[in-house]
Amino acid sequence: MLRDFLEMGGYATYVWSSYAVVLVVLAGMLIASLNALRARDSELKALEERVGGRRQRRNQGRVEEMANDA
Amino acid sequence: MTPKRRRLSIVLIGLTMLGAAAALVLTAFEENLVFFFSPTELQAKEIAPDRRIRVGGLVQENSVASFENGLRTEFTVTDLEHSVKVVYRGQLPDLFREGQGVVAEGKFEGGVFNASEVLAKHDENYMPREVADALKKSGRWQHATEKQ
Amino acid sequence: MNWFHWFANPARFMRLAARLQPWIMVLGLATGAAGLYYGLFDSPPDYQQGETVRIMYVHVPSAWMAMFVYTMMAVAAASFLIWKHPLADVAAQAAAPIGAGFTLMALVTGSLWGQPMWGTWWVWDARLTSVLILFFLYLGYIALVNAFDDPERGSKAGAILLLVGAVNIPIIKFSVDWWNTLHQPASVARMDGPAIDPSMLLPLMLMAAAFKLYFLYLLIVRMRGELTARRIRLLRLSDAA
Repeated sequence: MLRDFLEMGGYATYVWSSYAVVLVVLAGMLIASLNALRARDSELKALEERVGGRRQRRNQGRVEEMANDA
Repeated sequence: MTPKRRRLSIVLIGLTMLGAAAALVLTAFEENLVFFFSPTELQAKEIAPDRRIRVGGLVQENSVASFENGLRTEFTVTDLEHSVKVVYRGQLPDLFREGQGVVAEGKFEGGVFNASEVLAKHDENYMPREVADALKKSGRWQHATEKQ
Repeated sequence: MNWFHWFANPARFMRLAARLQPWIMVLGLATGAAGLYYGLFDSPPDYQQGETVRIMYVHVPSAWMAMFVYTMMAVAAASFLIWKHPLADVAAQAAAPIGAGFTLMALVTGSLWGQPMWGTWWVWDARLTSVLILFFLYLGYIALVNAFDDPERGSKAGAILLLVGAVNIPIIKFSVDWWNTLHQPASVARMDGPAIDPSMLLPLMLMAAAFKLYFLYLLIVRMRGELTARRIRLLRLSDAA
């Protein structure tokens, strides 16, 4: 019964290779896309912290300047 | 005309011209785009004796004969109007059978088509064996051999 | 056109997409599991092709997706060129590798089906050749978009290539009707109804639905990634300025 199923009427190589190829490509696309998304999200986060920190300092400087001017 | 309108018409005109160009090219090269000729098409054209071509059609019922322990096969390819006799030495594909589509590649040699490769062509119908048998029994079977 | 503009707002789109994402995955997995069950266990072998008919349940949905994704990208390219919708460009670029993947799947599974049934892995008939061209169009588009220093120019060049290549889609679809091919004519989308027995049509349709949902899921993931990449680029530019 199980053996009949696995043998696919003598076409096991062709049938199972087809399903394997589809599975590998589908899974590969998902993994690659999720990995890329995760990497970019963390890159953006790091960048925002760095840029945000610098801006804050710059803005702070400006506030102090304004205070001195006044 | 707003820029959007202008861009829209550029795209539409471009696509129309592209479509027309593609249609012209495809029509001009039709001879090279067909994968095989039917026996009727072969009747109408002059084929140089040593030109390799492909003949396609149905394997005529009761025309398959096997010689030399299955090493050599002879069969007739038909489109139900004209037919071509084919001689082939080699392994036949699993789907090769009488009444089914076939494409043979080779040359004409003295009225017979000497094939170096034979490919099976199947039609667009998919069904389980029981359904096929039931259709045949009830007389509603519309096989390609009888349809055209 | 209103909903179109509403949808074209990236932030709003991303919020909606994020909410839909888990549902798409659940629905996709469910239809995929049902399709695999019927396709592999609970459908009959074909009266001519025997068990190899089961290759159809992955080959045909892949080929449909290969054409569907390209068509979607060409529509996106047109709306990017005409209405300058930035999200349309994001969608096209995010979809391209997925479309290439589906085309590759269609080519390889078709080859694995052709060898036992037709007796050959590959022939240069109009159907197979036009699908191979589709694969190269996807790769060409990906390469072209990334070949420019200015991403805006890359997007534009890519969109034009997509529109030019769109002429290939009707050629693929009708190649089997216009010319003699080894590939058989359409079985499902034809004038007088499908030529496939309902017991085989069911797994085919389930798998087709699963593939489409999977594509949608992947598209959302990749569009989010592409939008993040663009924000990174903008931040870098404004930071350097």
